[in-house]
Amino acid sequence: MSIFIDNNTTLIVQGITGRDGSFHTRQMIEYGTKVVGGVTPGTGGQTFDDSVPIFDTMHAAVTATGANTSVIYVPPPFAADAIMEAAAAGITLIVCITEGVPVLDMTRVYPFVKEHGARLLGPNCPGLITPGESKVGIIPGRICAPGNVGIVSRSGTLTYEIVHQLTSAGIGQSSCVGIGGDPINGTNFIDCLAAFEADPHTKAIAMMGEIGGTDEQEAAQFIKDHMKKPVVGFIAGQTAPPGRRMGHAGAIISGSSGTAAEKIDAFKAAGMGVAQRPVDFVELIRARLS
Amino acid sequence: MDLHEYQAKELMRTAGVPIPPGKIARTADEAEAIANEYGVPVMVKAQVHAGGRGKAGGVKFCKTPADAKEKAQAILGMDIKGLTVEKVLVTEAADIASEAYVGIIVDRATKKAVFMVSAAGGIDIEEVAATTPEKILYLPVDPRYGLMSFEALRMGFFLYSDAKLARAAAKIMQQLYAAFMNAGCSLAEINPLVVTPNNELIAVDGKMVIDDNELDRRPDIAALRDESSEAPSEVDARNANLTFIKLDGDVGCIVNGAGLAMATMDLVKFYGGDPANFLDIGGSSNPEKVVNALRIITADPNVKCILFNIFGGITRTDDVANGIVTATKQNPLTVPIVIRLTGTNEEIAMKILTENGFSASSDMDEAVQRAVALAKGEAA
Repeated sequence: MSIFIDNNTTLIVQGITGRDGSFHTRQMIEYGTKVVGGVTPGTGGQTFDDSVPIFDTMHAAVTATGANTSVIYVPPPFAADAIMEAAAAGITLIVCITEGVPVLDMTRVYPFVKEHGARLLGPNCPGLITPGESKVGIIPGRICAPGNVGIVSRSGTLTYEIVHQLTSAGIGQSSCVGIGGDPINGTNFIDCLAAFEADPHTKAIAMMGEIGGTDEQEAAQFIKDHMKKPVVGFIAGQTAPPGRRMGHAGAIISGSSGTAAEKIDAFKAAGMGVAQRPVDFVELIRARLS
Repeated sequence: MDLHEYQAKELMRTAGVPIPPGKIARTADEAEAIANEYGVPVMVKAQVHAGGRGKAGGVKFCKTPADAKEKAQAILGMDIKGLTVEKVLVTEAADIASEAYVGIIVDRATKKAVFMVSAAGGIDIEEVAATTPEKILYLPVDPRYGLMSFEALRMGFFLYSDAKLARAAAKIMQQLYAAFMNAGCSLAEINPLVVTPNNELIAVDGKMVIDDNELDRRPDIAALRDESSEAPSEVDARNANLTFIKLDGDVGCIVNGAGLAMATMDLVKFYGGDPANFLDIGGSSNPEKVVNALRIITADPNVKCILFNIFGGITRTDDVANGIVTATKQNPLTVPIVIRLTGTNEEIAMKILTENGFSASSDMDEAVQRAVALAKGEAA
């Protein structure tokens, strides 16, 4: 068991002929992901690596393959349209890896995706992996191992670091989900925590947050109110200077400046385990599994 | 990207927002000439990317052109929060009957552009939010319809009971929203929006922050970047496609990925050290980036030790190793270096480093502790 992707995931790669798209398509196929098609406008009818059919549009790709998931590697100016194209074509899980999508584009994309009943992961995220079954995105497959710890994180390489340390210590994962670090993203911590809570195979959850915003505080409240499974949290940026992307005005609505200390306090108040260092996850998680 | 006040005002003026005339002066004589041209009392305002300009003495009222010259003389060259004032905005001074606040930000929670308006303007809106939140009206804008007339008018009447002023304010809301969308802002604000004794509205101060992700498709906005007002090392890093923020410590950190970079800084602190910077070399494999990163880090005289922490996913660790070898051949290091590499092509990377006289570890905690000890001059 897992969340969001498994053996039944059938994937279309949007931007399959690009540098990143083609590299990661090969990695995903090698891992065992069922890549059933790719889309690059103008190259429809060709075949990627003699095995994956390429289409001009998502509509054509979904009609021909019946795929349920897509992953996006197109450049930032085209990413918003690619997400909406996937949603309109009937894809139910859209994973946008692209970094640098303008936030005003995302204000239009988000309601469109919702109205089409799709789930968006990202943008600016590493994707997700269900070890031993399927990976969608760029998380290195070899650092993961099947198991019963759910991972949800806002960052990329930090997640790899922690997953790697868990795997090295013999602790496997049910699914690892990178929600991305952009101000507006499709899936948040609470969406993933609720899915892990409902997944019978997941026994404990490791959650990696960052400074900025209030997503972690809201997640902590959700954990306190709705979750029975143990959650261990970490906040990156305890020593970072105040964020530069958002001015102070960004914090006014939430009534918080999003510091590491506030977030860690929220974790403690929710009865969560708090990892001070990445390596601390190993013992904190182990204790909650036994 | 932050815009200067005069740049933000120009964009707002283009959208129709009523703004008093103003011009930029780089010398005291220029300031005097502009004041002469206007023939009325003026404000002389420091143009730097820092809040609290007024409190720092960077904003002055001047009755006469001679006064403007004197005040400009004092402000030009002034240091405000570490930034040197290179230019001042000379603008007609407004008579003020009342002050309001109008701002738009992109809000994470509602996932929309949200207006914030308050009749309590002219002071920090953060303070209003903290002490009298009921004095602020929040209005999220549905991006599919834009700001609708009734919404703009509702905000107008929230600020002014006088119907003429409310309508004039509603028009300014529309104009500000257009400027916000056209420039690709993450924040735009007018503070204060002033009612003059003649019962007219004017925007006396304006601020805009542009979403960096918009700059590629808006070259006219990107051209407004003022590199002279930023730390040279940060300009250098941006031009090399690196994300760099200078700090005060002595352990120079070079990491791939923002989350891991922050966690590395935290770990340096945890083991009793002080990070000299945040530096994210990003996800792509490119030895050139490593060369640039080392050049920027070693230019900081405070750096006593360099710490690499690379978790290879997309980033190939052999590319990083090649970058380290190339960079140190070009510019031999004068401070110790600690390298932690793991992930994609780790064996090749270790071989490259060993052959060139470097040692590397694959354990993050061990590497950070070693770097902290070396920065303190302890044998590790």
